[in-house]
Amino acid sequence: MNLESFMIVAAIIFAIGLYGALVKRNAITVLMSIELMFNGVNITAVALSRYVLPARLALEPDLATNEVAQFLLTGQVFAIFIITVAAAEVALGLAIILAIYRNRGSVLVSDINLMKK
Amino acid sequence: MIGQGIESGPIIDIAFWVIAISTIIAAIAVVQLKDLFRSALFLVVSFIGVAGMFVLLRAEFLAAVQILIYVGAISVLIIFAILMTRDVEEGSPSNRLRIPVGIIVALFLAVAIFVVIDTEWRLLEPAMGGESVEAAGNVVLSADSVAKVNEVFSNTVPMIARLLVNDFVLAFEVASVLLLAAVVGALALIREG
Repeated sequence: MNLESFMIVAAIIFAIGLYGALVKRNAITVLMSIELMFNGVNITAVALSRYVLPARLALEPDLATNEVAQFLLTGQVFAIFIITVAAAEVALGLAIILAIYRNRGSVLVSDINLMKK
Repeated sequence: MIGQGIESGPIIDIAFWVIAISTIIAAIAVVQLKDLFRSALFLVVSFIGVAGMFVLLRAEFLAAVQILIYVGAISVLIIFAILMTRDVEEGSPSNRLRIPVGIIVALFLAVAIFVVIDTEWRLLEPAMGGESVEAAGNVVLSADSVAKVNEVFSNTVPMIARLLVNDFVLAFEVASVLLLAAVVGALALIREG
C-alpha cells in the first residue's frame, strides 16, 4: 500500500464529514459528521508518520532509538490527542444538545436561534 | 509482531480496498440516511473501518484505542442521545445549502487529492534499502538506522508511552485537565435546574 491511497481515502472521509456538518440540520448528525472529520485527520496523521522519511533520520545516521521513535511516532501521538479531544467534545456536545432539547423541545440547529432575536 | 514487508502483498492490497470502500460507503450512509439511529450504526461501521486502516498502517495500539473509545464509548453516547431525543420525528433533514455546499466540498476534495498526488513525498520505505533506491531521492539509511526503524515499528506501545511522558508531557497533562473539565461541564449542563 502506498501513502497516496491512504491520504486520498482520508480526504474523502473528511469531505463527507464536512458536507454533513455543513448541510445537516439535526445537531446530532452534525456531531457525527464532525467525528468523521476527526477520523479522516487521524488517518492522515498516522499515514504520514508511517510513510514519510524524517529528514534528520536521513542526515544523522547515529540517532538513539528514542529519537527515531520520536520522529516516527509523533503522528500516532497526535492521533491519540485528537481522539482525547474528540471524546471530550462529544461528551460536552451531547450534554449541550440534551439541555437544549429539554428547554426548547428541538434538536434542529435551525431552531436554535436565541441570540438572533 | 508484524514481519517486514507484509504490507506490500496482494492480500494487503485487497484488504485495504475492502476496508477503504466499506468505510467510505458507511460514511456516506451516515450523512445520507433519513433514520438517525441507522446512521449512528453506520458511524460504528465507519469507525471500525478506520481502526482497520490503523492496523494496515502498523499502528496496532491506535487501532485498539479507536475501538475502545470510538466504537465503545463515543458511539454509545451518540446512540443514547438519539434515543433520548427520539420523539423528534423529522429525522435528519438537510438545509437549503445542499448544492452549493456539495460543490464547495467537491472542489475541496479535488484540491486535496491533487495536492496529495502532485507532492513529491520523500518516503521511508525506499530509503530503507528496498528495490528502488532512486525513488527516495538517493537517500539511503544506514543499516543501524534501518534496524532502529524496524525496532520502533515492531514494538510501538512502549515507545508511545515514553513519548507521552517525555516529549509530550505538557500536552498529556493538559489533556487530562481537559477531560476533567469536560466531565464536570457535561454533568453541570445535564443537571436539572
